[in-house]
Amino acid sequence: MDTKVFDMNDIDIAWCPGCGNFPILKTLKRALAELQIKPTDIVLVSGIGQAAKAPHYFRTNVFNGLHGRALPAATAIKAANPAMTVIAESGDGDMYGEGGNHFIHTIRRNPNITNIVHNNMVYGLTKGQASPTSQKGFVTPVQVRGVFLEPFNPLAVAIALDASFVARAFSGDIEQTADIIKQAIEHDGYALVDIFQPCVTFNRLNTYQWFKEHTYYLDDHDPSDRQKAFEKATETEKLPLGIFYKSPQKPSFEENIGIYDDKQVPLYQRDLNKEELSNLIETFKMRL
Amino acid sequence: MSKGLSLNNPESVSICLCGQAGQGIQTVEHLLTRIFKLAGFNVFATKEYMSRVRGGMNSTSIRISPGPVRAAASTIDILIPLNKGALQHVERNISSHTVILADKEMIGGDIDQTKYKFVDIPFTGTAAGIGDKIYSNVVAVGTMAGLFGIELSMASKYVEKFFSTKSSDIVQKNLAALKKGFDFGAELVKSSKIKFEIAADADVEDQVLLNGAEAVALGAIAGGCNFIASYPMSPSTGVLAFLARHAETFDIIAEQAEDEIAAINMGLGAWYAGARAMVTTSGGGFALMIEGVSLAAMLESPMVIHLAQRPGPATGLPTRTEQADLVLALYAGHGEFPRVIFAPGKIEDAFILTQRAFNLADKYQVPVFILTDQYFIDSYYNTAAPDLSKFKIEKHITRTNKDYRRYELTKGGVSPRGVPGFGKGLVVVDSDEHDTEGHITEDLELRIRMVDKRLKKGELLKKDNIPPELTGPKNYKNLIVCWGSTRNIAEEALQKIGRNDTALLHFKQVYPLAAQTAEYLQKAKKTIIIENNAGSQFAKLIKLHTGIDIDKKILKYNGLSFFVEELTEKLKEALN
Repeated sequence: MDTKVFDMNDIDIAWCPGCGNFPILKTLKRALAELQIKPTDIVLVSGIGQAAKAPHYFRTNVFNGLHGRALPAATAIKAANPAMTVIAESGDGDMYGEGGNHFIHTIRRNPNITNIVHNNMVYGLTKGQASPTSQKGFVTPVQVRGVFLEPFNPLAVAIALDASFVARAFSGDIEQTADIIKQAIEHDGYALVDIFQPCVTFNRLNTYQWFKEHTYYLDDHDPSDRQKAFEKATETEKLPLGIFYKSPQKPSFEENIGIYDDKQVPLYQRDLNKEELSNLIETFKMRL
Repeated sequence: MSKGLSLNNPESVSICLCGQAGQGIQTVEHLLTRIFKLAGFNVFATKEYMSRVRGGMNSTSIRISPGPVRAAASTIDILIPLNKGALQHVERNISSHTVILADKEMIGGDIDQTKYKFVDIPFTGTAAGIGDKIYSNVVAVGTMAGLFGIELSMASKYVEKFFSTKSSDIVQKNLAALKKGFDFGAELVKSSKIKFEIAADADVEDQVLLNGAEAVALGAIAGGCNFIASYPMSPSTGVLAFLARHAETFDIIAEQAEDEIAAINMGLGAWYAGARAMVTTSGGGFALMIEGVSLAAMLESPMVIHLAQRPGPATGLPTRTEQADLVLALYAGHGEFPRVIFAPGKIEDAFILTQRAFNLADKYQVPVFILTDQYFIDSYYNTAAPDLSKFKIEKHITRTNKDYRRYELTKGGVSPRGVPGFGKGLVVVDSDEHDTEGHITEDLELRIRMVDKRLKKGELLKKDNIPPELTGPKNYKNLIVCWGSTRNIAEEALQKIGRNDTALLHFKQVYPLAAQTAEYLQKAKKTIIIENNAGSQFAKLIKLHTGIDIDKKILKYNGLSFFVEELTEKLKEALN
């Protein structure tokens, strides 16, 4: 399939020239085209922030909700219609800060969705404050003495929660990132893809060059080894990229809720069983 | 035991059970109400309880009557205190008529026999004789059955059914306890110490016994609800639990969310994908959902919100009742947008309005509230079963074509709602201001058209609403106004007053207000409002929309509902 099917006409993109969001947009289009998934079969769900605008530059179904709340909406969309490919895509502030509680519980719930997080370690849209993943010492107009909070480690948290699929990519590498995203989409269960992305305007510390110098791809790593995966996720000197962890196959949320055991029909095609309702009401007559 | 008490064909008999949490009051309440209904009595029951799992002091009030009985009364005709301190807990409602059936051993030194009509019944000793003190509750149930002349075989059959999942030994012991209790009751009647004769009502058999939570949940199912995400919070949780219990039968996804924010955002995701979703919550939980209410407005998503009120601010009185979140529901959410607020007064209203909420939310793509409260949720009575042939699930979704635009500008403001995967089009929704396709925009001319579009739906809703219900003479001089759960209490109080110049106007839809509201109020020489809050929120809403001041306000905000007797006195005062 040609990636052009996902292109929007005449759009005014709100990202800065050279923004790390551009290659992520391109990579996602490529991954979905290579997987032959049609625009009508995809729902992109996002929150608020510069990364969360990505769905507006993508010709498909879109649910652009509230700041931090993409995951609950995405979970419900998938549950109401499991035939859709549901991708929740937002930035690090949205997913790990405002939506941190949902991040934890969505992993526990394990819906069969892909969670793409543009991780640029800074707040772009609000002009340069620290994000949950900002590194210690990072000085901003608000964190004037430099960040002293411990950076949030999404991969380690996800692995601790026995997330179904945990990966990290770098937006500067389209080839490898597209491959990781494809595997994440094809994976049955919740899949986290944290993507390092430079913010060319507000993060002068974690630049393209910095990411190139401070990352390496996992080689010879067994993603079923949870201990090792956790160890890799906590490395800080050089940050590993690739698929860290895949949990042993476990049922997804949609499989666990039971309503798709016998039939695959989405909720909008189902009707109330009036006879059953009548029977249920009858029980409240409390007859012997 | 002092003097006997005889009541032939009384209007109603009021029974109060009082004891600690975890002591089995709920079992007694369940068994008694069912057995009374089987006997053909009209039944009403309500409870007040403390926010704790064990201990404390809880009470249940059951009223039985030859005619319909649907409101809380404070009078106690028969009191069954189940432990030490129970008597004191309800003492203010004990009168010289109250008969106390108690086990001296259980309630210890509480009894001043000269002060009360007291009958000592060895509930505990009898139960211990059967094998365990635990059966004392069923002994009490049996005593009541005997006292009211209910057939033992019928009561036994229900008890057998109730314990059917237990071992046959346990069933037999419960039946033995029931029989022993029954004999105590029958003996009391025989010795003419006490006599209550309630005539059976033939209509009762075919009626349903429902509480507010069950009526809301059944109405939701009848409205096609197939998705509920919520976070447990008293008194709203019953609806979630009910739908979870019946999820398999009705293809419902019932999910306990990590917080209320997740719950409403799940609900909106579900509607977007074509489900019919609701959330159930109470004040503090709803406060967390408020950004989601605003999102529903911007996405033009349907949403059904059951808001069961309890006293605030903050955690307030978690297990008590109040009608103080009307203003919260009315103004919840930033920005300007239409909404609908229902406030059921009768049990059948809760079914009908919740059913309607799903159709209305879907038709106009707006949030619809069902505003109840702890009193309404936890009270139940027998009423006519809903006639399902009268209810239709109206699905307002459209199959999209290739050039589908989610926010196409239409005359009435409502755009056809597509769902992803249904048709050839793409469905784009956005919390930012958006163009007709659904994509983010800062076109300020378009902004005006989109605001107007959303607000236009409010105009349609003003026409598609439920008028207030007038009870009493049409050519009234005095008009009593109430909304939501106070309805049945006000109705019985009005009957007790027995004035032919006074009518009751109940609002089950509190927003948008019906156009007739002003006319009803202008006709009255004197208007009185009844509200279970301190700020007379509904009176203020009426003033805002009609310019009319209500003359007198009867307000209660101690955490309890009104009682018929209390309200009758207050109304008499206000009418004079």
